[in-house]
Parts: sequence; C-alpha cells; structure tokens
Amino acid sequence: MGQKITIDPVTRVEGHGKVTILLDNEGNIEQTRLHIVEFRGFERFIQGRPYWEAPVLVQRLCGICPVSHHLAAAKAMDVIVGAGTGAGLTPTGEKMRRLMHYGQIFQSHSLHFFHLASPDLLFGIEGDPLKRNIIGVIFENKELAVQGVMMRKYGQEVIRATAGKKIHGTGAIPGGINKHLTVEDKEYLLNGLDPTMNIHKMIDWSLAALDFFHDYHAKNRELIDDFSVFSSSSLSIVRKDGAMDLYHGVLRAVNSEGKKILHDVDYQDYDRYIDEEVKTWSYMKFPYLKEIGKKNGWYTVGPLARMNTAEFIDTPLAQKEFEKFKAYTKGKPNNMSMHMHWARLIEILHCAEMIKILLNDPDVLEGELVKKGQKQLEGVGVVEAPRGTLFHHYRINENDQIVMANLIVSTTNNNQPMNEAVNYVANKVMKGKSQITEGMMNAVEVAIRAYDPCLSCATHALGQMPLEISLYDAKDKLIDLKRSF
Amino acid sequence: MTVSPKILIYGYGNPGRQDDGLGISVVERIEKWIKKHNLDIVKTDCNYQLNIEDAADIADKELVIFVDASKEDINDFVMTTVEPSNKIQFTSHSVTPSYLLNLCNVIYNKSPDVYLLHIRGYEWEFLGTMTEEARRNLDKSYNFLKKFIMNSILKT
Repeated sequence: MGQKITIDPVTRVEGHGKVTILLDNEGNIEQTRLHIVEFRGFERFIQGRPYWEAPVLVQRLCGICPVSHHLAAAKAMDVIVGAGTGAGLTPTGEKMRRLMHYGQIFQSHSLHFFHLASPDLLFGIEGDPLKRNIIGVIFENKELAVQGVMMRKYGQEVIRATAGKKIHGTGAIPGGINKHLTVEDKEYLLNGLDPTMNIHKMIDWSLAALDFFHDYHAKNRELIDDFSVFSSSSLSIVRKDGAMDLYHGVLRAVNSEGKKILHDVDYQDYDRYIDEEVKTWSYMKFPYLKEIGKKNGWYTVGPLARMNTAEFIDTPLAQKEFEKFKAYTKGKPNNMSMHMHWARLIEILHCAEMIKILLNDPDVLEGELVKKGQKQLEGVGVVEAPRGTLFHHYRINENDQIVMANLIVSTTNNNQPMNEAVNYVANKVMKGKSQITEGMMNAVEVAIRAYDPCLSCATHALGQMPLEISLYDAKDKLIDLKRSF
Repeated sequence: MTVSPKILIYGYGNPGRQDDGLGISVVERIEKWIKKHNLDIVKTDCNYQLNIEDAADIADKELVIFVDASKEDINDFVMTTVEPSNKIQFTSHSVTPSYLLNLCNVIYNKSPDVYLLHIRGYEWEFLGTMTEEARRNLDKSYNFLKKFIMNSILKT
C-alpha cells in the first residue's frame, strides 16, 4: 500500500515546517516536499512608515536574527540617505556595525552547533529522542554544553554593547551608527569580569569546537561525508578581492564545479540577476539565477556556500582551517550538507578573531558616527546573515514614506537546497521500508537542520501546536498519528 | 552601596505581532515602577524569545518571574509555578521557562523559585497595536505583578 508520511512541524527548527514524503506501492520514494508555513504581510506592514524607522521595525520580523534584519535595512537606508554602501560609511560607523554583526553570527552559530547539531552528533540520528537535546549533551559532555551557553551569552553581550536593548535595538541608523563603544564595554568584552567571558576564551573555545568536530569526523566519516550530498551552485557576497566578508561585498555565485556564474556584481542590481518562482504547494518562494533559468538556476546560501565562493579568509586562524576545508575537496566546491557544521565552526572562529581586532581598533571608541549625502528614492541592503545571504530592498516617496519593500531572506534562498536534501535523505533511509522509525524521521530533520532554517515565526505564545507526525496512505487516509508534548 | 538583584522579571514576545507583545509591555511598565521606587533588588529583562544563555542569568537569582502572552483558554491572566523539564522542545531557537530552569539546575546546580505569568492574548497578526481585551489584561496583570513583587521583597 502506498503511504504519504507527514512530519509536522519539523522539530528544532524555528516556526512551522511540514515534510511530506509520498511512497508508491513498492515503497519507493515518489515525491518529497518541504512545505513552509510562512507568515506574510511584512511588506504591507511597513508601507507608509518613514524610512528611518525601518532598521528598528524589521527586527520584529524575526526573533532569531533581529540584528541581521536591522543591518540589512540600515544598509538599504544608507543608500537612501546618500551615504553609499559599506565602505562609504565613516570608519566608526562601519566598524561598530561590523562588531554588532560578528557578535550576532557568533552567537547564532554557537546556538546552532552546540544546541541544535551537537545532540545529533553525540547521540546519533537513531539515538534516543529523549536524550537528543542540550540536557542530554550536558550529561554526555558538560564542558561542551557549558561552552555553548557561554559563547552564546558572549555574542549577546557584543550585541548589547553595540545595538543597545535586545528589543528595539537602535544601534544602526541610516548613514551610520548612533553610539561609540564605551571604554567599559571594550574592557569587559576584551578581558571580561569573569574568566570565562572574554574574547581570548571565545577564540580558545572556537578552536576547541573545531577539534571536537575533527575528532568526530575522523570517527564518523560516513555520516559527515555521505549523509546528504548533491550538486548545487553557491551564492554569497564576497569582498572585492575574493575574501570572505560577512558584512559587505559584491554578489558572487559559483557552480558545483567552482566556475563563476555570477561575476562579482553590485547587489544594488540584484533583481537583474535573481528572480523568485512561486509554487502552489509552498508559501515560500524559490529564488533562482535568471541567466540559468528556473530549473537549474537555484543555489545554496549560508556557511557552506560562503566557503565555496570565497578565495580566502583574512584572519589567520580561520584561514588555516579554511585551507584544510578546501584541501578536503581538492579545492572544488564542497556539496556535503553535513560539512555545513564544519563551515559554521570556521565562521565562529573568524567572527571571534574579527571581534578581537575590532575591540582593539580605536575607531570604535571615537570618530564621526554618521555620513549623509544626496537623498535617493531606492536602496538595497545585503548582509550575510548566519543562515545566508539576506536581501532588503526599499523604495520611498517624496514624503520619505516607504512605498515598496521586498525581502529575500536566507531560508528562502535555501528553499530548493533543503528540498533537495530531504529528497536525498528520504531516498537513502526510507526507500523500500514498510515501517518508518523515529530515526528515519529524525534523519530527514537532520538534513533540514543542517541549513539552520528560520521559518519566520517570531511569535511563540504559550499553547502553540506540539510536534505532530501523521501517516497517510496513498488515498490520503490517516493511518497513524504521533504527537510529542 | 550597590545591591545585587535577587529578583528577575523577564518578559518575552514580539511587540510587532499584536498581543504577542504583552510580556514585554508588562515588564516595561514594571521597569518604570521599579525605578520610581528604587527597588534595586529587582532586575528586569526582555527579549523576543528565551534562549539557553538565560540559564546563566537566572542562576544567581532567588526569584524569577517570566511573563508571556498566552493563547490558552484563561480569563485574563494566571500565574503558575515552573518546574524543571527536559522535554524535547517544539523548536530550540527558543526554549521554555521549564527547560531553562532544568538547564540552570544541571549546569549551575542552582534552583531559583520560578513562576510564569501567562497573560491572555487574542490576535497575533503583524501589527504593532494590541487588542482592547489584551490591554485590559495587561492592566490587570501589571497590578497583580506589582503586589506579588512587593510581597516577595517583604519576605526576603
């Protein structure tokens, strides 16, 4: 009998996601789909608001990465106030924003690796679901779990020192930043009040996390290398000289062979190169490179993609790891989904190194905060958010009101790659099986979790729906239902 | 002399999603009230969601009150005791007070008294304004929380 399996929602990713896997009568995978229940309406919400409010308002779009939205909107507004983009700001403006951004990526990646990914690594995909969480990690490896908590806290402290309050952060404003770093915060973040809360410890722990990964990789090569592998193009911004740059640069895409297919273009023109396809079965659009077309023009964004597009990393410890990473695939793009964790850890290290450099830079303590110029009616801001490239595009009218907003968030950019990953893993673990185990279900989720999707659900009020797994036959008749409270 | 805060009032939610901002609004009011009365023993915090690093912040407190909007079938608000739980979370980009308390127990070996103030909300669309019913519940729960804090201070 044919079956349609529904995993709804996907656990340990944000928001509501639903996976359906349709098996034919022989138990082969007939079709796989990752459906995203994404809220809409932000574009409408912001229309009519004055442009200078956007960097604050957009933080409400996502409780997971408010800083990324804050900075992408601020960069778009830089264009609108005539301050140019990226390096066009004052040294203080750019460096304070970078400090905020590296703090955000540091804490977000730390959460993902230590809290979301490490349970799967420590206990295995078939492991006891009651253990596959950070409490389980604490009992298995307390040091690792505590480091994860403290790294996350450190990143949050960097954000507090640069952006202000966690809710309504106002650090970045059109054309620059609204404050300097205080001497007290500089000292606190550099050397800390507590021996575990300083940048030197963060660098040590970032290196230790990489050691943990390498050790795990050596013992579990099949899982890390073969779990989910499929050809994909990669897209990100890179610095003009090809260095990885998470805050500013030009748009570059390479195909699965490493050939450039988007040639370092100005992101102000992103809509000349990228379009989004709508499919009836998902609320989330499917972006693609126009020149290549809908079918094959999809691409991956995020840590793994950034390793594939960048030529080098300009901090020494991260560069050393980058060289190892590149050598593993003999310089070719890396399309092993589980290597996303390795890439994420390299970025954690890079962010820690950058935070140290910036904390020692006198420009964050003094200097001009804001730059302005000839006002424009349209602007695009792009940053590399933790999960990948994030586009914010706005138009305003003569009364300074926003009349158009278009956002392409990282998870939307990764829509097709996540669907490819689900398909790959489902074919591997479910083909020909008559019973679907918890381990098989989790395998599909692990493939999705590697992308750290944020499914745009910033509301979380008590009483939300629990995990629900439904099993249907080929005639859509519900034959099993599991619910986790 | 600086007093080290022993009580934490922590609101969470998204003020851009109508009544989801109830927890934040109550705590912002409480923050003003604390300042007005110089209650240095009480600290407030707000965020869109709770997360694992909050375990470190509750570890050195004696009393923690989380405040959140609720979709539950309650009249206006209700305060419940939080017990530690290691149940797998629906998502882990955010965690529950129970999960945080468990994390605090296991990592720091500390067990503050933790409560959760559930305030009934009704609408969750992408708007910055709360419903009238939610505003009424906000007023009621704010008055309740002030009394609860004062009683707790008197006991310490």
